[in-house]
Amino acid sequence: MGLAKRIIPCLDVNNGRVVKGVNFVSLRDAGDPVEIARRYDEQGADELVFLDITASADNRDLILHVIEEVAAQVFIPLTVGGGVRKVEDVRRLLNAGADKVSINTSAVINPRLVADASGHYGSQCIVVAIDAKQVTDDQDGRPRWEVFTHGGRKATGLDAIEWAGKMQSLGAGEILLTSMDRDGTRNGFDLALTRAISEAIDVPVIASGGVGSLDHLVDGILQGHADAVLAASIFHYGQHTIQEAKEYLAKYGIEVRL
Amino acid sequence: MIDIAIVDYGMGNLRSVSKALEHVMPHASIVVTNDPIVVQKAARVVVPGQGAMPNCMHELTTRGLKQAVLEAAENKPFLGICIGLQMLFDESEEGNVNGLGILPGKVRHFPHDTMFDAEKNKLKVPHMGWNQVHQTIEHPLWEGIANDARFYFVHSYYVEAAHPEVTAAYTRYPTPFTCAVAKDNIFAVQFHPEKSHLAGLTLLSNFAKWEPESFA
Repeated sequence: MGLAKRIIPCLDVNNGRVVKGVNFVSLRDAGDPVEIARRYDEQGADELVFLDITASADNRDLILHVIEEVAAQVFIPLTVGGGVRKVEDVRRLLNAGADKVSINTSAVINPRLVADASGHYGSQCIVVAIDAKQVTDDQDGRPRWEVFTHGGRKATGLDAIEWAGKMQSLGAGEILLTSMDRDGTRNGFDLALTRAISEAIDVPVIASGGVGSLDHLVDGILQGHADAVLAASIFHYGQHTIQEAKEYLAKYGIEVRL
Repeated sequence: MIDIAIVDYGMGNLRSVSKALEHVMPHASIVVTNDPIVVQKAARVVVPGQGAMPNCMHELTTRGLKQAVLEAAENKPFLGICIGLQMLFDESEEGNVNGLGILPGKVRHFPHDTMFDAEKNKLKVPHMGWNQVHQTIEHPLWEGIANDARFYFVHSYYVEAAHPEVTAAYTRYPTPFTCAVAKDNIFAVQFHPEKSHLAGLTLLSNFAKWEPESFA
């Protein structure tokens, strides 16, 4: 008996509505974040991640209303990311009912934000999201992973493993690690990347990017040494329920909350 | 009449706690307050807490709430959550700060360099996620909650009670630590019932109904 590995569905939210579509049987409105969150909660999700991809500054506050409504009905941890630039943004999301706030691009532009936010609200609520791509090192020609920002479009020159360590030392309580090479491919996590980061740091790592089957979740935990696994499409399109995923993991001896 | 006062000393997110209590007690008067008089008047008191214990103790003291919390711990149903459990003890390794000294014992940091699971993988700190809560006593707050049910944890420090009889439950990470204490009108937990789905809501509902025997 011990700590369970977590299964976390991720919802992309644009202008207060879940995008990419979610096809549950008998769901009245496939874009309603509250309804979708409740459904995942009923299926036994261990946490929920909301990624706000709203481009227009005018509509940024819509995510606050979404989180308020979800938090009044769903009693599992909620992580919210996307567009977090200032400590004030962190405060507003926490006050709306988020339990953790995920910082991505802004951590690269201004690493002090991670230190200030965790100093103020505690490491337990500060997640740093790292988007990494495999690249060839200029000097020795060996493969390594580099941090990218702006949804994978901008290279930073930062080594992902070193960056994860730096974020931990500045106060990140958890790392949400996405392989940009795998994201959307349904070919499975970048296991080497996941394992390298998970073994290099002390805080938990959520593996993300590439899940297309339940076996990928098992691999992420047993081979990637992830503490939690995040997926979107395999759950959204009704391919698997969270419950099925957990029962599958349990067959491999992985501890889950059933 | 205030049924439950949630003590707000400026540390972290109390919305989750109040929302969960409102969910299980839709008709009750539940307030989040930084006013010691409101804490004194309330029938029940919840002391949550997040972040670092030194900051929590500092804020509790400078906001004039320490006395009200000490009184509540003596005379009414009292629920401590997370740092609200840790601060009941004498002192913490986190910043070497003194707690409220209501229960003898210390708050210690997980020895993360020496913690491994059965497969020899390094265990992460903070201890974050759903772990099993093994009840060691019968208590009204455990009513309807299966033994070894999972609750949501997120913490890097744990309590080491000098008097083991106050332990109401333990959790393994990887060695057992006290994750809940019970003494008279006090019940306090390291995990977050407000984020622990049905098991957590049941515990909060039990707290809302609890009539400690010492007052009978």
